[in-house]
Amino acid sequence: MDFDPVLLARLQFAFTIIFHIIFPSFTIGLSAYLATLGCMWLRSGNDRYQHIMRFWTRIFAVSFAMGVVSGIVLSYQFGTNWSRFSVMVGNVVGPLIGYEVLSAFFLEATFLGVLLFGFNRVPPWLYVLSAAVVAVGTAISAFWILSANSWMQTPTGHELRGGVAHPVDWLTIVFNPSFPYRFAHMLNAAYLTTGFVVLAVGARYLLAGRHIEEGRTMLRMAIGLTAILAPLQLFLGDQHGLNTLRYQPIKVAAMEAHWDGSKPGDFHIFAWPDEQAGVNRFAISIPHGSSLVLTHHLNGLFPGLNSVPASDRPPVKIVFFAFRIMLAVGFFMIAAALFGAFLWWRGTLFETRWYLRVMAHSWWIGFVAVIAGWIVTESGRQPWLVQGILRTADATSPVPGATIAGTLALFIIAYGVVFSFGIYYINRLIVQGPTGPAAEETGKFSASPISAAHDAGRTAVGGTY
Amino acid sequence: MEWYLPVIWAALIGTAVVMYVILDGFDLGIGILFPFARYENERDQMMRTVAPFWDGNETWLVLGGGGLLVAFPKAYAVIMPALYLPVIVMLLALVFRGVAFEFRTVSRSKTWLNVAFAVGSTVAAFAQGVILGGLIQGIAVRDGAFSGGVFDWATPFAVLCGLSLVAGYALLGATWLRMKTEGAVAERARGQAKILLLTVLVFMAAVSLWTPLTQPRIAERWFSLPNFYFLWPVPLVTALIAYYAWRWIEAGREVPPFLATIALFLLGFLGLVISNFPYLVPPSLTVWETAAAPASQIFMLLGTLFLLPIILGYIGFIYWLFRGKVREGESYH
Repeated sequence: MDFDPVLLARLQFAFTIIFHIIFPSFTIGLSAYLATLGCMWLRSGNDRYQHIMRFWTRIFAVSFAMGVVSGIVLSYQFGTNWSRFSVMVGNVVGPLIGYEVLSAFFLEATFLGVLLFGFNRVPPWLYVLSAAVVAVGTAISAFWILSANSWMQTPTGHELRGGVAHPVDWLTIVFNPSFPYRFAHMLNAAYLTTGFVVLAVGARYLLAGRHIEEGRTMLRMAIGLTAILAPLQLFLGDQHGLNTLRYQPIKVAAMEAHWDGSKPGDFHIFAWPDEQAGVNRFAISIPHGSSLVLTHHLNGLFPGLNSVPASDRPPVKIVFFAFRIMLAVGFFMIAAALFGAFLWWRGTLFETRWYLRVMAHSWWIGFVAVIAGWIVTESGRQPWLVQGILRTADATSPVPGATIAGTLALFIIAYGVVFSFGIYYINRLIVQGPTGPAAEETGKFSASPISAAHDAGRTAVGGTY
Repeated sequence: MEWYLPVIWAALIGTAVVMYVILDGFDLGIGILFPFARYENERDQMMRTVAPFWDGNETWLVLGGGGLLVAFPKAYAVIMPALYLPVIVMLLALVFRGVAFEFRTVSRSKTWLNVAFAVGSTVAAFAQGVILGGLIQGIAVRDGAFSGGVFDWATPFAVLCGLSLVAGYALLGATWLRMKTEGAVAERARGQAKILLLTVLVFMAAVSLWTPLTQPRIAERWFSLPNFYFLWPVPLVTALIAYYAWRWIEAGREVPPFLATIALFLLGFLGLVISNFPYLVPPSLTVWETAAAPASQIFMLLGTLFLLPIILGYIGFIYWLFRGKVREGESYH
């Protein structure tokens, strides 16, 4: 059999990194939520916040473990699958990843230990501080890895000697042109993703009539957050798009399936880009829509796909459709969050069951948006691995295609199993709810009135039973 | 500076590897010893001794791999493709044993997760030994890139190294359990430590004889004069520490056997450094040939000098926080 090593290496990396990004995009937001709950607990002295915090901490532990183990894989895949990448740009990208390990990974992993096992060993303020440190650690981690990724999109601050990138100005490298936009857009995406998961779980409890108080708190906090961040994301995404138009115009052309740069761009609500003929089929479009968004003029011009040879274009269909999926989810999020805020204002949020039912089933939408967004930006950079410096096809390792195919199959099986069990166990934790295991663990809380009565009886007869 | 920087970086990455081997060694070791525990609550107790630490311990592996990418990208670009299969197998094994920690606390039936934890830990340890063996026996390089085959690493020597590391990690795990638990688990760990110590010594001797016999450059390094005058204490000190380790295990001491095991690992590592320095990819690429640009190494070095002491500080704090023994039946989260 004939295997294409470049395609297989790309498929394998795409698979492992898509699997990985699911967990950070949840744990970045969730750790910040834990820290927020902890602060509210300390300030108010209300134990409900502590219960909610410890409930989400158990879910955090399962998600974080999956994020850690799938992340270790990536740090080695740069070498196993893309060894030329490390030779050509390792001088620049390497230290950014090194700083991520040193400034974030150890911090997160260590203080997670305090968060998971230290409740009875440290004072409350240190417990809450550990949550905050984990949250800051996840954000620092995002900072460095997004800086590295952004440099691959918009490389600056380096010089090429014999094709190999050498650093010239580290500040320019770290704060390369697309980094601030990508960082803001992704961090906000992570908080939104978590917000919708919390919203879904709160809605689920209210629908089931269990953990009512905790469910209401989750709902209020999630809607308060998403009603601000979802519209903000539209603005951040727009700014990021304008930045991309400036530095990677062909990516934007693929996002819009815009072929002819001499005419204004329509916004295609749907189209089937025909990459051979260089036209769109079955297009349903808003005339001049893309021009208006991207240039702020109805007749504004921006480069089309035809301005570069086919070999320099990204895969148009993937970028075009992934972008539409991201947009659709984004607009749904804005509508859902603002409508939830409206219901809250009207005072009917907890009784509007159809809304709660929709939201309870929408826990996954943030993940879809994150994955779709990453597909847009990563596929949109093709055929480059590092824009203008290194082509993806020139970066692979001297490993035969059959080997990559075999390990790809192993990854799919292993991750499939791990992911299924992970979801299953997280769901079990949600079913147990905020007061479930805590009651078993400490024995202070009674699971039901009947056992409470038993406890009272036991106390009455002098503790013998 | 051009000469010193790669040497400093080799020392730093060596430190990260040693930290990884010792810290993740005992928690992988507990996985290797998992099948020998009799009851579920004993396994809970064993896992509880490492649960707050395992995440941090594995981070040293990321630093080892990441550090290689940072400081020696050309070595990273040769080693990873050359050892492709053992590296991927190790990573997958670590996936299973890592998630088993958290899944086990949620799951009602623990049997399959025990299997995942034990098999994952053992396979990861074995694969790491194979990677080490594959590196020592040499990697085919042409024009700065790996030029060998997919199964070049698969030799009896690599298998020997794999088994050695499984035994070594199990010994670390057993002495750790002796130190961190009490009751049946601690007692069993003491018996296991004795058997494992002997096994480890046999493996260490086998590897120490095999390498100079098959690799002339290593024989040359150890047995040529005047090198031999300086190097003969290394095996002697190893034998002495092994002797005391045995005595301490026999006497039922709690902390010294663990420390002695760490010392054995350090000596083994020292032996490897003596055999192979300055080669990072034996037998052809040295630390200087594979080094990143000096500007990159300096930039990262500054951060490391600042951050590493802080990291060691809070890691010390968490080991202090969870000091003392883990008793049977203590709650998990």
